[in-house]
Amino acid sequence: MSNIIIYPILIPILTASLALIAFKNRELQRWLSVIGSVATFIAGCVLLYVVYTEGIQVLQPGNWEAPFGISMVADLFSALMVCVTGLMAMTISIYSLGDMDKQRESFGFQPLFQILIFGVIGAFLTGDLFNLYVWFEVMLITSFVLLAIGNGKAQLDGAVKYVVINLLSSLIFLAGVGIMYGLTGTLNLAAMAQALQDTENTGLVITASMMFLVSFGIKSAVFPLFFWLPASYHTPPVTITAIFGALLTKVGVYSLVRVFTLLFTQDIGYTHTILLWISVPTMVVGVLGAASQYDVRKILSFHIVSQIGYMIMGLAFFTKIALAGVIYYILHNILAKTNLFLVAGIAQKLVGSFHLSRLGGLYKNYPLVSSLFAISAISLAGLPPLTGFWAKYTVIYAGLEVEQWVVIGFALAVGLMTMFSMTKIWMGAYWSPLPDTAPVVADKNFKPVAGAQLIALLLPTIIIAGFIVVLGIFGEPFYALLFEAADQLLDPSMYINAVLNP
Amino acid sequence: MNSVILKTATRLLFPLLLIFSVFLFFRGHNEPGGGFIGGLVGASAFVLFAITFGTEVTRRLLRMDPRVMVGWGLFLALVSGIMSMIAGDAFFTGQWALPVVFGNELHVGTPLIFDIGVYLVVVGFTLAVIFALEEED
Repeated sequence: MSNIIIYPILIPILTASLALIAFKNRELQRWLSVIGSVATFIAGCVLLYVVYTEGIQVLQPGNWEAPFGISMVADLFSALMVCVTGLMAMTISIYSLGDMDKQRESFGFQPLFQILIFGVIGAFLTGDLFNLYVWFEVMLITSFVLLAIGNGKAQLDGAVKYVVINLLSSLIFLAGVGIMYGLTGTLNLAAMAQALQDTENTGLVITASMMFLVSFGIKSAVFPLFFWLPASYHTPPVTITAIFGALLTKVGVYSLVRVFTLLFTQDIGYTHTILLWISVPTMVVGVLGAASQYDVRKILSFHIVSQIGYMIMGLAFFTKIALAGVIYYILHNILAKTNLFLVAGIAQKLVGSFHLSRLGGLYKNYPLVSSLFAISAISLAGLPPLTGFWAKYTVIYAGLEVEQWVVIGFALAVGLMTMFSMTKIWMGAYWSPLPDTAPVVADKNFKPVAGAQLIALLLPTIIIAGFIVVLGIFGEPFYALLFEAADQLLDPSMYINAVLNP
Repeated sequence: MNSVILKTATRLLFPLLLIFSVFLFFRGHNEPGGGFIGGLVGASAFVLFAITFGTEVTRRLLRMDPRVMVGWGLFLALVSGIMSMIAGDAFFTGQWALPVVFGNELHVGTPLIFDIGVYLVVVGFTLAVIFALEEED
């Protein structure tokens, strides 16, 4: 028993409850949100440290023993995800101080944001399949509201697509949980994994695994189930898009990695080959979709899809190096993608548009913003020495080891196309001169953001860019951590023993 | 709504429903009932009141914004969990005080606080939704 694991879950929901109590006082809500998010980040780091030094942590809330009670489990993979979620909560809550409008705040943006973080961290830490479903619902219901508040026409259009497809995905997930419960008689992940080791009914297990693949596939936006993402992510304000792009799809990927390393390893030749051939069109379609767009947020939304492909590809290779690469890729992508969205938001506040044809002159007028964009874009495109290079290098190296030449060829080509997309934004928004149609020129009422508000916007992007640079250049100790996390994933007996034989 | 029958009935039913919700709440200790169902019955009392006399009067009667009530409910539920941690047990482990009142042992503990929290969340959430729908013109 160790209560250390509950703090990253407890702090956001406590913050949300206090923010609800102070519903009328927007100023107090903002400060609560920032303080709570910083505390969540610290709790996540402490959890990571404890898991690293003392091994997998398990908590049975209410003292009901596994497999009867719900287990909360933190292995290194979960702890890393919790830690980076805390970092995102911290930076984005600061960013929201400069970005969020009064109307959305008075509808309760701050408590909703905290409950979203609560749901995401809960999903990372749960050790129970049905409980995972509950966390998904917490996360999805808050994200529905966040996507829809403000009542813009485009926003509601995006929200309807998002809601319908995600409800369908939850339904399939629930059906899969039902089959697994009928098959193994337990919902505890560790007990389920143990029961599956000597099950003879592999046909049914694989059927169930495909239901999880479809359900988590919708949530993580893999081909051909990704279309809801570019249709909805560009509609809300940047703060909300950034937190969605950073975390929601990654929870889907996390769940895929969890179930396809812990539960469904009976017939790797079948299940993981399917994963491999899903990953290729995901990468290609995502990057081609981005090439055809000229709205910065839409380009970035399509790139989320493309990057998910790399993660699924690493999972499909299923070696130690590949899994370490997947974890690195998820962390790298959360940092780089969030920062690109945040910088796009700053550019919009400075020049007045998200559209490349109406952006320009940022390099000349705002060198700091440009360099922040450049760091994130170079990292996303995968140039050394930043995180993107190491993430891609690790995953592709793992592919060379298992001799998947065709898939690797696609991965490298997609990397080149990503470079093209980032260059397109750079040329259109940063290097090109400011066009006459730009709102900053054309619209007399437009005022570029300045002063304290600009600092609130810049500070989080500087923090994230710092992490990208440090993790890229001083990656060596970090890799030790990743390899240990991959070891834990590849050897389910560690997870099972930690939960069932404490 | 301007109906004598409804107004008279509401005056009679409102206290009855509230008492029934408290009864259901405490019954939940060992039998069907509890914070959730008690909260729903409690909320239905206020909803009936709001339909009869309007939301403005009901809000004044409630003395608290329903959304703030959700906040307090969540807070109480979490406090019950934190109390277990302070006592050195796993989160949400039941902590019991067993005072003897009039010769009967009473089971008072953190699950009671948790259930009061659930009750408040359910009442607050239901009323927030119903008020929003009622006030939408």
